[in-house]
Amino acid sequence: MIVGDSKPLEEILSMIEGRDKVLVLGCRGCVTVCNVGGEKEVGILASALRIARKKDGLPPTVDEMTLERQCDPEYIEELAEVANKYDAIVSIACGVGPQFVAERFGDVAVFPGINTTFIGGALEHGVWAERCQSCGNCLVHNFGGLCPIARCSKSLMNGPCGGSDSGNCEISPDVPCVWDQIVKKMAVMGRLEELEQVWPNKNWLTARDGGPRKRVREDLKQ
Amino acid sequence: MKAGSNLEKMLSAGHFAVTGELGPPQGNNVEEVRHKASFLKGIVESVNITDNQTAVVRMASWAASKILIDEGLEPNYQMVCRDRNRLALMADILGATALGIKNVLCLSGDHQRFGSHPESKNVYDLDSVQLLAAFKKMRDEGKFLNDKDLDGSPKLFIGAASNPFADPFEFRVTRLAKKIAAGADFVQTQCIYNMDKFRLFMKQAVDRGLHEKCYILAGVTPMKSVGMAKYMAKFVPGMDVPEAIVKRLQGVDKKKQGAEGIKMAIEQIEEFKQMEGVAGVHVMAIEWEHRAKEIIEGAGLLPRPVLD
Repeated sequence: MIVGDSKPLEEILSMIEGRDKVLVLGCRGCVTVCNVGGEKEVGILASALRIARKKDGLPPTVDEMTLERQCDPEYIEELAEVANKYDAIVSIACGVGPQFVAERFGDVAVFPGINTTFIGGALEHGVWAERCQSCGNCLVHNFGGLCPIARCSKSLMNGPCGGSDSGNCEISPDVPCVWDQIVKKMAVMGRLEELEQVWPNKNWLTARDGGPRKRVREDLKQ
Repeated sequence: MKAGSNLEKMLSAGHFAVTGELGPPQGNNVEEVRHKASFLKGIVESVNITDNQTAVVRMASWAASKILIDEGLEPNYQMVCRDRNRLALMADILGATALGIKNVLCLSGDHQRFGSHPESKNVYDLDSVQLLAAFKKMRDEGKFLNDKDLDGSPKLFIGAASNPFADPFEFRVTRLAKKIAAGADFVQTQCIYNMDKFRLFMKQAVDRGLHEKCYILAGVTPMKSVGMAKYMAKFVPGMDVPEAIVKRLQGVDKKKQGAEGIKMAIEQIEEFKQMEGVAGVHVMAIEWEHRAKEIIEGAGLLPRPVLD
């Protein structure tokens, strides 16, 4: 899923300063699952904004709404009748949400209420970690099912580097060295010799480096 | 001869080679480069010029390398994959060789989170193994990575680094083998303090015949003090400083710890001279360039052999 972090309340208050009517807009997709942008978090943020604005003598009108998804035009359309009632829409979906709202409603000011951090998963309740960099050409099967592009701090395809220390990355003892894990996993699988080959240069054209990406499925297009 | 550098000539003639190291200044202080270089002149075959080492911005390695050439020394141009993509790496090696640089050392580079600009974007378009392969292709095939012909191909003696003390240990010799397969003509190791582990590493390398495919230079950094030993043991990733090293330094008067560190380095080099598969020594006297001569001389490696 896409994982995010709430922006500090002060930052959001500062973004919407001078705007009377505010809508906090949640999403029932990934950000609901990672507890940062669903209906519950919409309620929490809206209350916090109301209290803070009331304290400062500002208009406390902060409404709440949560869409099925903010990355799909059909759900964004649900805003059509209400969008122009607001001076500010604070989207707490991933970075796609504010943009889809902004693209659909030309005259509405949209603000991001969360920071989109990574594509990852939950390691345990309340802990998420990055797993994918969406490079557009998945190779994990060659590395014991673990991704060196997303999980090695240097995206090395021929690791581990000289900074791998007791299973941890040189950047921090809190960051596991994925190459240490890859070597151990391949050894357990009896496939260590596969790591003897020199992996050639990666073609980054399929990644963000090739420019913004778009996918067209002719079989699904109407 | 691949490049005909002093280092390549010395190694291919079978001499025990000696290389040094020089860190460029955090500014464009040319005199500082010349000053440090003056201590290394005539006592080493080649001087590694570090490339934004520890991810701290410094005078460009190629430029400091050129200053050394002008001073009559031979540089070993270090290049890290952290700061530039394949376009810049290829462009820089073409420029560097055009300026007379003949040796290059291909490195991944310390992550920038350690350094002076931790908020910067990291590149790592290629990794160090792929960089070795890229330069070998440019030299041997006269082609860019896209297979287009070069207008003048770089004559290079290509080097790699190896850290026998990083984890997982069982994979370190394999990674060295990968670097050699990719294009390394010579290898310089990380600073060695754990001699037991290094002996084991070299045995594995020799068992695989790697010493016959590539020249392996053992890395030596003299300890200046107990403080330095403790710092390296604790804070430098991938560094293996056994407790016995710290204890030995603690056993001498504080003023004599530097001399003891130099004595230890000399003892190490004496062993490397006899160790199967070790073709030379890489003396990294970090901010201690003026003491390098004591070490090299003390190890009986001066004067350096004269080549034709």
